[in-house]
Amino acid sequence: MFTLIKDTLLSQVRTLWMVFIKLFTKADTVEYPDTQPYMFPRWRGRIILSRDPDGEERCVACNLCAVACPVDCIALQKGETEDGRWYPEFFRINFSRCIMCGFCEEACPTNAIQLTPDFEMAEYVRQDMVWEKEDLLINGTGKYHDYNFYRVSGKEIEGKGKGEAINEAPPVDVKSLLP
Amino acid sequence: MLTLEIGSGLTIGLVLGVVIIVAAMLIWVERRLLGFWQERLGPNRVGPFGLLQVVADMVKIFTKEDWVPRFADRLSFVIAPAIIMTVVLLSFAVIPFAPNIGVVNSNIGVLFILAMASLGAYSVMLGGLSSDNKYALLGSLRAAAQMVSYEVFMGISLLGVVALSGSFNLREIVEDQADTWYVVPQFIGFVIFLIAGVAESHRLPFDIPEAEQEICAGYHTEYSGMKFGMFFVAEYIGLVLISSLITVLFFGGWLGPSFLPPIFWFALKASLFIAFFILLRAAIPRPRYDQLMSYGWLFLLPVSLINLLVTGFIILSNQ
Repeated sequence: MFTLIKDTLLSQVRTLWMVFIKLFTKADTVEYPDTQPYMFPRWRGRIILSRDPDGEERCVACNLCAVACPVDCIALQKGETEDGRWYPEFFRINFSRCIMCGFCEEACPTNAIQLTPDFEMAEYVRQDMVWEKEDLLINGTGKYHDYNFYRVSGKEIEGKGKGEAINEAPPVDVKSLLP
Repeated sequence: MLTLEIGSGLTIGLVLGVVIIVAAMLIWVERRLLGFWQERLGPNRVGPFGLLQVVADMVKIFTKEDWVPRFADRLSFVIAPAIIMTVVLLSFAVIPFAPNIGVVNSNIGVLFILAMASLGAYSVMLGGLSSDNKYALLGSLRAAAQMVSYEVFMGISLLGVVALSGSFNLREIVEDQADTWYVVPQFIGFVIFLIAGVAESHRLPFDIPEAEQEICAGYHTEYSGMKFGMFFVAEYIGLVLISSLITVLFFGGWLGPSFLPPIFWFALKASLFIAFFILLRAAIPRPRYDQLMSYGWLFLLPVSLINLLVTGFIILSNQ
């Protein structure tokens, strides 16, 4: 009898009390349009294309992001400048398909494509969800400030030959190794 | 005619209007309080503190399509929400709000309210049966069984109060509590009536006929538009009714310190009980159906009978 009362009545009263004192705790609600929630810097939101510290586009049109994308929302076309740099002729992200998984950012070898904490991407017209390169490019370096792909890579461009990149040894002259 | 006395036209109009407005406002009050108890804010967008949420809900419910399913039995389908609305409003006729406010001074007030509560069961059963929907049928089956089991000891728990005051008249019951509220000698009766009242008004945790998560709103699954609105508002009017009844029968009705008008004390006590019912909804999970039945028949009914027996014994031995 005692355990019955303890298990049924007293535990119910205790539940009621514990819920009642919640009246005096602060609500967890963030009243979103009025107060902006704190967004973490690594939040996976709207995708941008960043520039390197010299102000050039970082994207080298390698297509790795388009391949990694599970919903195939990225489309781009490789172009090449006269000094030997690769760049995307067009770069198009269909945000109505994008699932913000961040695989493109992980796949990117040049830190060009990055996800930002912006999530307010609603549009009235569906076609407005398709963003071109002009919309995606930002003027800054995004999350990685010092990285410049052409300065550290072995890729030969005008003004920087083989072996002249940072931390790169000159190429081995195979003919001089002959006995 | 237009004075605040029992049965005058002004009083009747005021009681009707205030009860319906309070019941409508309870939709907002309940959502707000539930929000606070769940560490949320609740609706606070429409108007100051979200007070106009009720207006928005009303506009929505009036402009909805009022659809009667082709397979439903049309007559009883239409009548059912009207019955419950009528009987809960009729029950307010005998509630004594204050010495000069009330609709009738009936000497069978307690019996009248119990009768009206029993008639309310017809609405729920008819609504569920006429819908020709299996969820609605399950809901009305549960409603019928719940009503049958709960009204038994709802009545018996009141008999202790009736025996103490020697009257079925709610006004005399209130006036008899001038010395001590009946909650003191009749505490067990109060607890049992509270539990039965929750079951009677289909509120959580005993909203088994509705049981939104199990049988998808139960007996009013097929209802839409204003017919659903009537079931919905009737549930809140029933909540006000049960709170008023507890106030009148166990907590001295309008009695209180005289620096404030009697109607204030009545409203304060009743609203405390309304808040308590909402707290029950926020805190207690719904029991299983057979648990509810066995709890009612095997525990609450014997306890209420023993309570009545002991009360009668003490009254007789004090004579």
